[in-house]
Amino acid sequence: MKFLRNILDKQKPNFEKGGKLHFLHSVFDGFETFLFVPKHTTPDKGAQVRDAIDMKRLMITVVVAMVPCLLFGIWNTGHQHYLAIGETADMMAKIIYGAKVVLPIVIVSYGVGLGIEFAFAQMRGHAINEGYLVSGMLIPLILPVTIPLWQVALASAFAVIIAKEVFGGTGMNILNVAMTARAFLYFAYPTYMAGDIKVWTAGEPTVIEQKLDGYTRATALGLAAEQSSSLAAEIQNAREAYVDKKVKEAETKGEIKDPVAFNNAAYKESGKLPEVKKLQAQIPTQVTNAFESKKGGLYSLKSFVIGTIPGSIGETSFLMCLIGGVILILTGVGSWKIIVSAFGGAYLMGLLFNAIGGNAFMAMPAHYHLVMGGLAFGIVFMATDPVTAAQTEIGKWYYGFLIGALTVLIRVFNPAYPEGIMLVVLLMNVFAPLIDYYVVAANKKRRLKRLELKKAQ
Amino acid sequence: MELISIAIRSIFVENMIFAYFLGMCSYLAVSKNVKTAVGLGMAVIFVLTMTIPINYLIYNYVLKKDALASIFGPGIDLSFLMLIVFIAVIASFVQLTEMIVEKFSPALYGALGIFLPLIAVNCSILGGALFMLGKPYTLGQATVFGLGSGIGWLLAVVALAAIREKIKYSNVPPPLRGLGITFILVGLMSFGFLSFLGFSI
Repeated sequence: MKFLRNILDKQKPNFEKGGKLHFLHSVFDGFETFLFVPKHTTPDKGAQVRDAIDMKRLMITVVVAMVPCLLFGIWNTGHQHYLAIGETADMMAKIIYGAKVVLPIVIVSYGVGLGIEFAFAQMRGHAINEGYLVSGMLIPLILPVTIPLWQVALASAFAVIIAKEVFGGTGMNILNVAMTARAFLYFAYPTYMAGDIKVWTAGEPTVIEQKLDGYTRATALGLAAEQSSSLAAEIQNAREAYVDKKVKEAETKGEIKDPVAFNNAAYKESGKLPEVKKLQAQIPTQVTNAFESKKGGLYSLKSFVIGTIPGSIGETSFLMCLIGGVILILTGVGSWKIIVSAFGGAYLMGLLFNAIGGNAFMAMPAHYHLVMGGLAFGIVFMATDPVTAAQTEIGKWYYGFLIGALTVLIRVFNPAYPEGIMLVVLLMNVFAPLIDYYVVAANKKRRLKRLELKKAQ
Repeated sequence: MELISIAIRSIFVENMIFAYFLGMCSYLAVSKNVKTAVGLGMAVIFVLTMTIPINYLIYNYVLKKDALASIFGPGIDLSFLMLIVFIAVIASFVQLTEMIVEKFSPALYGALGIFLPLIAVNCSILGGALFMLGKPYTLGQATVFGLGSGIGWLLAVVALAAIREKIKYSNVPPPLRGLGITFILVGLMSFGFLSFLGFSI
């Protein structure tokens, strides 16, 4: 430490005003404050309380919270690879394989993003913003392992420039930077970002392609739909049989006036049949059974929680996201209100759909929604982003709840986006300032009322 | 169910701003603060919900080919009058809205200024009427479509206004200040609204 301090102190005069390298002072400041606590003190006038935790320390806390996800993601990348090609490998081999795939993505993301960040700081003459320490780690974690590196670079550049720097840098952006990068890739290069399991498994594409037939293609949600479709067909058959019977009965009596309306009425009635009800009640267990039994339990509840499923690099493990969430909550960096209300919103929405029933997604038990896909990762690391989330304490409850509820809504009703959390976080980022506006307005109104009451007394 | 589906489609998926870029001029001009944005949005909702069903009735029972067949015999096709009639209906409703706003909220009337009468030439209103013709709607569905389009416009303009109030304090690069950053912002906002693309109930 002393050694680093000495180097910095020696070089410092060069970068100070009048020094020959003064034009690079923001770069120097960036490195200095990265290594040591800056010598900020409270000003003579104004606030006299200053927390030792500055933005760099804050951001590093988030990065630390992401480390479990990253490490697990590296292992899981190797795990999925060896699973797909049907070989057994020990833990070390999986980690080494995963690191070879994942680390370049992380390096490219940091390299490109920080490069742009430094360039902007230089050009605009402000201090280097630390926000990218977090975004640069988030971007790799929400991308599929097979993503080409040039796309990572492109997305990082787009997100940093368009979503952040043009708004004035860290703390000024409206949309979450990492989610913007993902959304950009999702709409610009959809085939690289979604589809069957091939996208989510690292390895030589041709090899994976060959082995897949023996393995399996469907993702978890695809499997659920497939499993419930046979039941759905049975239900449909039962209802049509009932309609036919009704029509025949009525025809013999000759009391059909409007055949279409009669058919519709009979069909509606058939929904109340006991055997149809019974079949419908079976769908949830059918779906969970499918998860537990197919593919050697690849999609069992346990795998969802631990995260040994294919998916974006860092998002698969509910457990690791939870560890990250606990770190964020304990250090006070992430808002517990957003995390709690978002999970609550998703769970309640899931329960609501269970009560309505219908297709496989709707009938899937509500707790599956919480552990599947990127929901947990998105809520813990994206929704809590202090810059883009709602700023008011009451607003955070609404903000979080809507993120959870809308994600499940989109999963269920929008087959185009099985992963709803990405766009929902962006959508709620857009509406967060509005939520704040109304929370503040309500507060103003309440206090005005109180004032008037006081005056009246 | 059908009506809910139409409402969700017109609010989010086929949003006048983010999907069709209609009504951009007043959208960009009146989104500087939330209060006036809400006022203008409400006026747009009112005009859209009233004019679309009226235009629907006029088109289907007067202008369409053979709509007047029972009175004047077949062969009459007045649909070339469509644009003029639609604009006339819209303009008269805007006039009405203007009078209502002036009477009940003079402050809002002052804040909206020229943009209130300009609703008459707001592309989203005429656009709504023309989109409605392209779809096999019934009267009820057309009304819901008009209401939904209006709500979508209101949501978009209010969200933008709240964000613009927030970025007032941002250190935006000088060449982008004002409309430049607003255009970028609107583009980014449409990402969020894409989440409802392909929504099916």
